[in-house]
This record gives sequence, C-alpha cells and structure tokens, in this order.
Amino acid sequence: MQADLTSIKPYGDTINDGMLQLSFTLPMECGVAAGEAARKLVEQMGIEEVNLVEMKGMGEGYTFFILYGKLKFSIDASKIKVTQVETKTMTYYQINDFIRKKIRRKITVVGACTGSDAHTVGLDAIMNMKGYAGEYGLERYPEINVYNLGSQVPNEQLIRRAVELDADALLVSQVVTQKEVHIKNLTELVELLEAEGLRERFILIVGGPRITHQLALELGYDAGFGPGTIPPDVASYIVQTMTKAGVTWNGGD
Amino acid sequence: MFSLLEKLIIDQIKVDKCRQEARKIADGLQVDIEQNTTTAVERTVARLLGIDGVDEGGIPLPNVVVEQVMLSAELNRGIAYWLGNAVLVTGKTPAAIAVAVGDGQLVLSELPLHPLTEVQDVLTTIVGATVNRIKAIREQRACLQKKYRPGPQPWLYVIVATGNIYEDVVQAKAAARQGADVIAVIRSTAQSLLDYVPYGATTEGFGGTYATQENFRIMRKALDEVGQEIGRYIQLVNYASGLAMPEIAALGALERLDMMLNDAMYGILFRDINMKRTLIDQYFSRMINAFSGIIINTGEDNYLTTADAVEEAHTVLASEFINEELAYRSGLPPEQLGLGHAFEINPALEDGFLMEIAQAQLIRQVFPEAALKYMPPTKYMSGNIFKGHLMDGMFNLVSIMTGQNIQLLGMLTEAIHTPFLSDRALSIENARYIFNNARHLQEEISFKPGGRIQRRAELVLKETEEMLTEIAGKGLLQAIAEGMFADISRSIEGGKGADGVLSKSENYYNPFMEIFREELGV
Repeated sequence: MQADLTSIKPYGDTINDGMLQLSFTLPMECGVAAGEAARKLVEQMGIEEVNLVEMKGMGEGYTFFILYGKLKFSIDASKIKVTQVETKTMTYYQINDFIRKKIRRKITVVGACTGSDAHTVGLDAIMNMKGYAGEYGLERYPEINVYNLGSQVPNEQLIRRAVELDADALLVSQVVTQKEVHIKNLTELVELLEAEGLRERFILIVGGPRITHQLALELGYDAGFGPGTIPPDVASYIVQTMTKAGVTWNGGD
Repeated sequence: MFSLLEKLIIDQIKVDKCRQEARKIADGLQVDIEQNTTTAVERTVARLLGIDGVDEGGIPLPNVVVEQVMLSAELNRGIAYWLGNAVLVTGKTPAAIAVAVGDGQLVLSELPLHPLTEVQDVLTTIVGATVNRIKAIREQRACLQKKYRPGPQPWLYVIVATGNIYEDVVQAKAAARQGADVIAVIRSTAQSLLDYVPYGATTEGFGGTYATQENFRIMRKALDEVGQEIGRYIQLVNYASGLAMPEIAALGALERLDMMLNDAMYGILFRDINMKRTLIDQYFSRMINAFSGIIINTGEDNYLTTADAVEEAHTVLASEFINEELAYRSGLPPEQLGLGHAFEINPALEDGFLMEIAQAQLIRQVFPEAALKYMPPTKYMSGNIFKGHLMDGMFNLVSIMTGQNIQLLGMLTEAIHTPFLSDRALSIENARYIFNNARHLQEEISFKPGGRIQRRAELVLKETEEMLTEIAGKGLLQAIAEGMFADISRSIEGGKGADGVLSKSENYYNPFMEIFREELGV
C-alpha cells in the first residue's frame, strides 16, 4: 500500500497503524502503581491503546518497562526540506587512492572539540585510529595527516594550529552543550576566521549529535555531519571538495 | 572425561618457547626498572608512610613533599629517607611533617642529616603498621569471602560511570541486586594524565568518576552493605594506570579493592606516557597489587579496538606472555593475573564466531591458572541495539564454552551512551541466561583435530611465537617504537611523565619495596 506523504505515521504491520515500541525506567518500586504510572506517561505522549508488555524491578526502587502503543499524530512529510552532503562516500582504499592520484600529496586535517566541550567521543570516532562502527578513523589513513587537538580547545587556538600545520580541513565537534552555547561557539569560529581573512583557506566542517548539514550551512560552515556519520563520509567529503576547489596542484611539482 | 587441557591440541614446545622469549624481553627491561625510580613511586611511599590530604592550594601533600625534595635535586635517595630524617630531627610524624612542608615551614633537604640506619630504625614502626594494615585488609577480604561467597565464574563484571560517586553507588547497588559480581567505577576522562590523585569525594566527572581514596571508601562501604544483604561478596575495581599508577594501587590496597586494571604497556600505547616511566611504575604498582591480594586486569583487549581482530590476534597472546612475565617479577601469582582479551571480530565475517572460540580456548589453555578477563564487542557495536544485544549474547556463549573467569558484560547501547540502569540490567539478564542455560556445555565439547578451530589456534600460536622472538631480538621499547602493538608507535624518549623518572642513588631507600620483595619472594 502506498503511504500518503502528507500524513506519515509509524508503521507496525498495517499502514497508518502508528505502532511504537518504548522502553524506559521509572524511579518507582515495581508494582501495579508503577505500571499505571508508565502507562499514563505514555498516554501523555499522544499514544493510544497502550500495552504494557514487560515490567521488571531492577533494585533500589527502580523499574524497567517495555510498552507498545499507537501514535495519534502524523506528519506532513511532503513539506520537509533537507539539505545533505552531496559527495559520494568512498571506501578507505578508494579515498587513499584518490588522494594519491588526484591530490598527489598528503592532506592535513585538524580536529578539536571547541569551547567548553570536553566530550571527544564524536571527534575520536572520526579521527582516532580506532574509528567507529568498524571503519578506521582518519589517523589510520596513510594519506592523511591528522592532528586531534582534543577537548576544550579555544577557537583562537584551533585557528593558530590550523595555520601552523597548513591544514586543508578543520573538524569541529560539539557534543554536549547547554543553552545553545554550541551555536554561539560555532558562530564565533567563523567570525574569527573571516576577520583574519582565513575562512576560504580551510574546508570547515562541524559534527555532533545536534548538527545537521542545513544548520552547518546556516552557520557559515562548508558541511555538517550528524549522528551515524562514519570516518569515510567525512574523508570523502574533504577529498572531493578539495579537488573541486582546485587545490589539486598545491603540493604538486 | 575431557579435562580443560584436552580441548585443543596445543604444541607445548611452542608455548614454552614463548615464555622463554618473554623472559628475555623482561630481562631487557630489568636494568631500567631497577636503577630508576619515579615521582609517582616516591609519592606512593609518602602515602604508605601516612601522608594524605591537600595543602591550602588544594595540592595533594604527597606531591608537595616529593616536589620539594625533587627541586633540591635530592629525590634520588628516595622520599622515605628525607621523611625519616625529618622524623628524627623534628620528632613529628610524616603526616605532620607533610603539613609543615605544605605550610612552607619546613625544607626537608635543609635539615641536619642522619645516617640511613637511624632513618631505617625510626621508620620501622610506621612502615610495619602500614604493612600490617594491608595484611589485615587482605585477611578481612578472605573472611568476608568465606562468609559471603562470590558468585560462580565467569563473574559478571559491570561498570558504573555517572561522574558522581553517590549516583554511582545507587547504580552499583542496583547492579549487585540484579546479579553483578564485580563493579568497576570508570574514571573521569583523562584522569590517567593527572600526575597526582585528586582528593576527597567527588560529584563531577566527565564520562566517569575520579579515583580518590574517599570515593573508594564510599563505594567499598556500599558494596559491603549490599553484599551482606544479598549474601554474595561484591568485588570492586578501579584503575591502577596512568601517571599515578602506583599511588592508586596503594589506595586500592588500603580501601580493599579486589581488582585493578594494571597493564605494563597500556599507558605507553594508549595514553602516550613515557615508556620508562610506565615500566618503573607498573613494577612497583603490581608489587603492591600482589601484596594486597588484588587481581590485576591487563588491557590486551584494547589492541583489537585499534587493530584488526583477525590479523592481530597473535599480538594479544604475545602481550599476555609479556604481561605474565612482568607480573611474575612483581610477585603476582597466576590466580591474581586477569589477562585480558576480547571478542572483537567483525560480525560480518563468515565463521568469525569459530575464530572467537579458537582464540578464547587457546588463551584458556595457555594460561590454565590465570583469572582470564574477557572483554565484550565494542568496535562493531552500532546504534542497532537489537543486533548489539545479540552480539553480546554470542560473546557470553563463547565465554561459558571456554571457561573464562571474569566477564566484562557488553552493553547493548555501547556505541551510544554510558550505560543506563536498564542497559546494565538487560546485560546481566543476558549473561545469566546464557551462563545458566549452557553451564556445562564446556564439558561436552572437544574440537575436531585438523578442523577450523584447531587450525586457527595453531596459526595464532605460531604467529605469537614469531612475534615474541622478534621482540626479544630488538627489545620491547624498540618494538613499541615500531608500532608492533595496536598499530600505535611511540618514541622511546618521548611521552608524558618522562621528567618524573630519576636514577636511584647508591643509598636509595624504599622500605616498602624491600618488604614487599621479601614477603613476595621476588
């Protein structure tokens, strides 16, 4: 059956049935009252015909629940506009090969969690040798020089290092933020780069759980990567953008 | 009918050769270890002499006294000499002396000097009291474990990581009630790079909780309470690693921790700590772990998170031989040796599960008495929590089939966030189900001679022997510099904490090392 894009709902086994599965914990002793509390909470989420299928005490006065229900709401998906990074993701081997053949020198990527953010999990997933989801991180790429500056790096310091290292691309990660402090921080980096006439010198990329490509563009970045990004997504974007920007012969003969 | 040792056919000559090469490798490190000390070792001695607390600026007093002596370039006699000398001159305790140093009222190197024999005499009582205290704590553990027996192996090992010790207590007690046997309190990000131990109870950390003596005490008390209630001794784990490695080992001894992560090479490879610094620190820290009856956990699992688990399987086994030999030299018996390995083969690989079995069984047979610590899948965990939960189940199955001892439970949300209370409960349920449901599967299995599992084990052992021979030829430091472990290369002179390494003078004095060596027979 064809879905109606103007009214999209979750799908269990019948179109528009709105089926959801939820699991969570409440700080209540396991019992009838806790079950009722879980059910009521789920109803308040706009879910009907709530079915509590599992309730289990976990000790210390906490109880775990698994529930199903039908979501009342739908969304008009025909009006949704998204922009996404348009480069095609290549494999680890293809990327290194691409750099060797088309850029003909090693490229340099500098990354940092800027401002107050001490959470390097996202940055490390992309940059560290270890990588993420079975994909090697950029450090493992023989054709990429990687400088991971770590956490709580001031924007000024990131720029200084990027210039010193003659970076091709800057990766900024923002994971944990409060009161939209990440927006302010990301904007400040662009302003500083522009003030020093350096904005066009680097490919500027931001990543993090709250980042979308759309948001990145609005903030003056070249690209934004959200949850689920793997290292080759970022590397592919960098190398393809570099060749587009005509830097191919930079480090050449 | 089948004993453990009849499972895989293992070439004992190769195994013996591996141990022989590991001894050569350790011999090559012995000179550096014996001729040098570090600021961390000296701070540990200060702590064992009763120095604790912080000065007005919040700097831990063990750092204050050691740094003062270091500035006057006299630390190579050992901090014990200077503290003992100050006891002779002032008549105060080392703890009171440290306070005076912190207040700027006393400069240890400017006091009139007494001969070493007098210093040794005056410290005898204090040193003896600390040694007896550690012995008593060890006996207390044995008594408690007799009364409240630990659960059957593989022990269910889970982590708490809220950053707030009081919140950790809630999570840890709940986990114990759910069935956990072992609770590890994950440290705050980058604590390993702090060249001191923070002080007091802490409620803020990033991705973990600071290891402090007070935090150890709070968690120990909570686990004893819940353990007595449910009639099962709950073991407590923390990290004797990083720049304060031996100090934390001492705190673990004083607060009755049961296991400590303690790897001879981890700090070098994964935290870029100076090689010599790490090797000297691991030697003393392991001696403390040995004397206090603490099971160490080595970190070979980490190799497979950076390097490929199929291609680099032998690096795990090779490192285990090295860790084993270095541990023996610190007086650790095999049953206190939690050698690490991991279930990290790409799940998309055909027969990957067979290779996991081969690897786990091989390690089991090569180290029959060790308390093997088996680590869960992390590298291929994704946002698909349902698949992840199944991978954790496969991991649990290998463990019960191959007789592992310490099972660090995988979390279905591994790649997403530090575990929720419910994640931990689901993991414990998963492990208990499989361990109970397949409890004696191991006794029913033998492996087909010449089959895939047998052949895989043979290959890994052969590559291990080759690797150890190569390392023995060039020396461990050079091997690490060449990136032979975890695809990570570190320079011999570089790394953090190199400035904290100093040569011992001829009259160097460390009463604890002397006693531990004697009591442990090393």
